[in-house]
Amino acid sequence: MPHRSLPTVRSIGSNTIDNVLRLGYATRFIGLALAHSGTSFARPGLIVRELYYTGVLSLVIILVSGLFVGMVLGLQGYQTLTTYGSESALGVLVALSLVRELGPVVSALLFASRAGSAMTAEIGLMKATEQLSAMEMMAVDPIARVVSPRFWAGVISMPLLAAMFSAMGVFGGYVVGVVLIGVDEGSFWSQMQSAVDVREDVLNGVIKSFVFGVAVTWIALFEGYDAPPTAEGVSGATTRTVVTSSLAILGLDFILTSFMFRGV
Amino acid sequence: MSSDTLIEIKDVNFAYGRRPILTGINMTIPRGKVVALMGISGSGKTTLLRLIGGVMKPTSGEVWVNGQCTSALDTQGIYRMRRHMGMLFQFGALFTDLSVFDNVAFQMREHTELPESMIRDLVMMKLHAVGLRGAARLMPSELSGGMARRVALARAIALDPMIMMYDEPFTGLDPISLGVIANLVRELNDTLGTTSLVVTHDVQEALDVVDYVYYLSDGKMMAHGTPEEMRANRDPLVHQFVYGEAEGPVAYQYPSSDYAQELRMGERHAA
Repeated sequence: MPHRSLPTVRSIGSNTIDNVLRLGYATRFIGLALAHSGTSFARPGLIVRELYYTGVLSLVIILVSGLFVGMVLGLQGYQTLTTYGSESALGVLVALSLVRELGPVVSALLFASRAGSAMTAEIGLMKATEQLSAMEMMAVDPIARVVSPRFWAGVISMPLLAAMFSAMGVFGGYVVGVVLIGVDEGSFWSQMQSAVDVREDVLNGVIKSFVFGVAVTWIALFEGYDAPPTAEGVSGATTRTVVTSSLAILGLDFILTSFMFRGV
Repeated sequence: MSSDTLIEIKDVNFAYGRRPILTGINMTIPRGKVVALMGISGSGKTTLLRLIGGVMKPTSGEVWVNGQCTSALDTQGIYRMRRHMGMLFQFGALFTDLSVFDNVAFQMREHTELPESMIRDLVMMKLHAVGLRGAARLMPSELSGGMARRVALARAIALDPMIMMYDEPFTGLDPISLGVIANLVRELNDTLGTTSLVVTHDVQEALDVVDYVYYLSDGKMMAHGTPEEMRANRDPLVHQFVYGEAEGPVAYQYPSSDYAQELRMGERHAA
């Protein structure tokens, strides 16, 4: 009689093989999408249309969330800083938290659930209703026509959304800290200005959100394209997009942070 | 392959892994004719259609389309070949984010450099051919099933294809729409000078409009002939299919265990 742990070992093995295979498909998929970038940029209308759907339509949730996150930072930061009598550094705390971490990470998480899930569902349903096959039969490559413009739209809009999130957050912190609580306005802005470094802080934040944009869009597009063409398949793929990209964002954030802010 | 033959399928076998889907298929489709490919669900009809469209390649054997062997073509070659093919999908497969007009214009915009004014005229001509010129501004979600199928047909003939392929064009249509589509298949074939391949299991509608029938069962070509020959065919398998009889060589029951045993009749008797 085989040992009792054999089925477990076997399922670990087959899961590993499946996942490695999927990773391979996903890599080839993104490679093809990148190879077709030229055709996307030759027809900017396609990218602009997707920028509207992924970027512009995500603006409301990004701006509102940014405002609230900034306001909470203002409150919490004031509470903590006032213990040490250094509430004039509130501007620094709000700006650095947002630009370095919260801006890129929270906006990417929101982007994954707002735009990523929509991308997966749309492409999955296009596949389920044979729209992608129809396109192929019309001698139009769906990777070039459907996937590539969406990829670039996601990659372009993510850093812009993160920047707007941070700007809105700083404004929220200002409203709570300066307008409502009464922290000195001059030191709020001047300390922020002298402490936030363009390369160290702002550029690194932009790099982060760019990387998150690539990860989220890649995951969302691949999950949609790879979804089994059924209602169940598409709903499963949409869930996986949100779960996988959220985990990817947080994991990548740790890796990027450990490289970027080593000496600080 | 003579010049009268547009599509020729020679000794084609196709398998998914070890599961054979098609075995020893031979088939010729002459230019200008409407040919039906019939068979029950799961008999391999759609697979054969995909082989002709170059979506998949045969495991062995050859598929010749207009003097080209699909196995010898690379992706670019397949795409070039498909520009001469039109395909109507089972439920139309219209692009739901584009209007009726843009759906029909899709291929013209992708593959030609035509000015927008000419595209407009061409789209209106195609839509007029299917009787839906007035629906140009509607979105696919605003169309009935039969209308969507006709728009998809207009889209498929947008670039005047040499070959039209229909994947189950009659499925899920009301009797009026069904008759309209069946007549359109014939009419478009004759007026545009195309060659048509209709994959279907709607026997009576298809027999009325096609020139020749191939009957596929279980991945094998079981019979072929003109509609009259098929109606008169004595083979029990063909007869059951053509007349839609429940009992015959194709069993109604999915293979299962003994019915009495399933209902535990044996146990009750023992008790």
